[in-house]
Amino acid sequence: MSGYSEYVLCLLLFCIGLYCVLRKRNIIKIIIGLGIIEYAVNLFFILVGYRIGGRAPILVKEQTITTMVDPLPQALVLTSIVIGLAITALIVTIAIRIYEKYGTFDITKIRRLRG
Amino acid sequence: MMLPFFVIIPLGAAFLISLFGKKIKSLGDILANLGTLSLLIISLYSIKLVSVNKILIYKVGGWIPPIGICMVMDGLTSFMLVTVNLVSFLITIFSISYMERYTDKYRFYTLFMLMLAGMNGVIVTGDMFNLFVFLEIASIASYALVAFGTEAEELEASFKYAIMGSVASSFILLGIALLYGYTSTLNLADIALVLSNKPQGLMVSFIGVLFLGGFGLKAALVPFHAWLPDAHPSAPAPISAMLSGVFIKTLGVYAICRIFFNILGVSSKIFFILVILGVISQVIGALLAIAQNDIKRMFAYSSISQMGYIIFALGIGTPLAILGGLFHLFNHAVFKSLLFLNSGAIEYSTDTRDLKRLGGLNSRLPITGFTSLFGSMSISGIPPLGGFFSKLIIIIAAVQAGYFVSATVAVLVSIITLAYYLKFQNFAFFGKINKAWQDIKEVPWSMGLSMVILAIICVVSGLLILPVFKSFLLSAVNVLLSGNAYKDLIFGVLK
Repeated sequence: MSGYSEYVLCLLLFCIGLYCVLRKRNIIKIIIGLGIIEYAVNLFFILVGYRIGGRAPILVKEQTITTMVDPLPQALVLTSIVIGLAITALIVTIAIRIYEKYGTFDITKIRRLRG
Repeated sequence: MMLPFFVIIPLGAAFLISLFGKKIKSLGDILANLGTLSLLIISLYSIKLVSVNKILIYKVGGWIPPIGICMVMDGLTSFMLVTVNLVSFLITIFSISYMERYTDKYRFYTLFMLMLAGMNGVIVTGDMFNLFVFLEIASIASYALVAFGTEAEELEASFKYAIMGSVASSFILLGIALLYGYTSTLNLADIALVLSNKPQGLMVSFIGVLFLGGFGLKAALVPFHAWLPDAHPSAPAPISAMLSGVFIKTLGVYAICRIFFNILGVSSKIFFILVILGVISQVIGALLAIAQNDIKRMFAYSSISQMGYIIFALGIGTPLAILGGLFHLFNHAVFKSLLFLNSGAIEYSTDTRDLKRLGGLNSRLPITGFTSLFGSMSISGIPPLGGFFSKLIIIIAAVQAGYFVSATVAVLVSIITLAYYLKFQNFAFFGKINKAWQDIKEVPWSMGLSMVILAIICVVSGLLILPVFKSFLLSAVNVLLSGNAYKDLIFGVLK
């Protein structure tokens, strides 16, 4: 079981983020929850490519590499972080404009759309 | 090789418009229309290429898949590209006049072209993570476009949409991470190859559930539909048309089709889930639509209902049903964008979307009234129009496959659909005109032109099932039916 503890913690982080998005009333907290979800997924992706005792996958002459960390997830997560940044920036901008219009960050009071 | 141009053209246009659009006023109009026109032409040309070559592969940067990223063009890709680019071309024509209502027209075109680049990218890519990146490009542009008017309701809708969309994207990314951990590859064909050599385990089912949740939200299937009726009406009319017409189909239905049919493999469980989701979407979407008084909100709920038909047809899974589903996808793209453009024309002339305040617009807006009649008749399935044939095929296929209850539900929903489109026609275009709109004029030529062309396509799209044109649909259906043979085709070409 101990070998899986990092995955369990990662799942826990994901659930904390999901709880935050679903239950919090302040829209800034919801945005933070979204960030936590994104980080949990990124962390999971990195863990998928990780090996215990692995080294950086840099090819050097006259040296055979036996254990190395998979570099592909790291490259992908870099992209995913940038996407996350774009989403966060956009949503924060929208949140600021919402505050200008409604004068509140409380999601239960931002309810002009019905039906 | 023209495959990368489906991404390069809109991306380049977005770049140029954002750079020079502020200085040169008409640049946005010209570049966006030229860009979408050229995309339409090369996507029509792709039909011929696919019928000759069956499958085309472009290796990005010259790297050979599965190491490098590849772009794939097969029957389904070409079918979706034609649908998306046809609708987007007509919508950019409409936008020339309509977007005069808003400031910063060039920003609109920038975001529009970015969204188009993302959608075309999702369709042509043959790589899992690449698909995710394009999906996010399209999604982020659409979040911004929903909030384009920056009024209170638009911001609220955009916030809701952005939060739900981002959570869905996270689920998709989680699925990709698990899939990569399980198969150690990201190329779609290679994933299919690796999975076919492994025993069917719980892992694939779990990944399937994550993808179904993620892409299901993008497709607005019923348990995940809450964002759509807010987001689609709040956007400017051309964007509503784009979102309802092609966006939910590309990011939702196309991605579900490609991943489940060609990569993960469909089991009877997946088929069953799709049928259930489809039927629930049909019923709930239609029942909620009938109570609406806001035109665009009614159309948005109607989109959920019609998406139900498509997913239901795919879930039946027989060749005839898939043909019907894809045919309905094309038809829905045409008539739903037409109807949203009509609602935009009404809003342009009268500044309201409330059905109770409208009435008698036929005398003042003849083109809008006439074209919307065709759109409404086609979506509710009046015989000579395209929508009738696609619904008929779906229902016949359902009966043949033994889904009698679902087929009955589909017929009943079709009647409800007719009811609320009659309500729309009656309240908006017939009866006595409201005094306030005694002397409104017909909309400008560009809006009229795109509505007329869409109405003509509505009328003639029934011809697509004639033997002459049927190969266009059949080549797409065959891709889905071939299932796992997708990987053999790709690796066959690469050798």
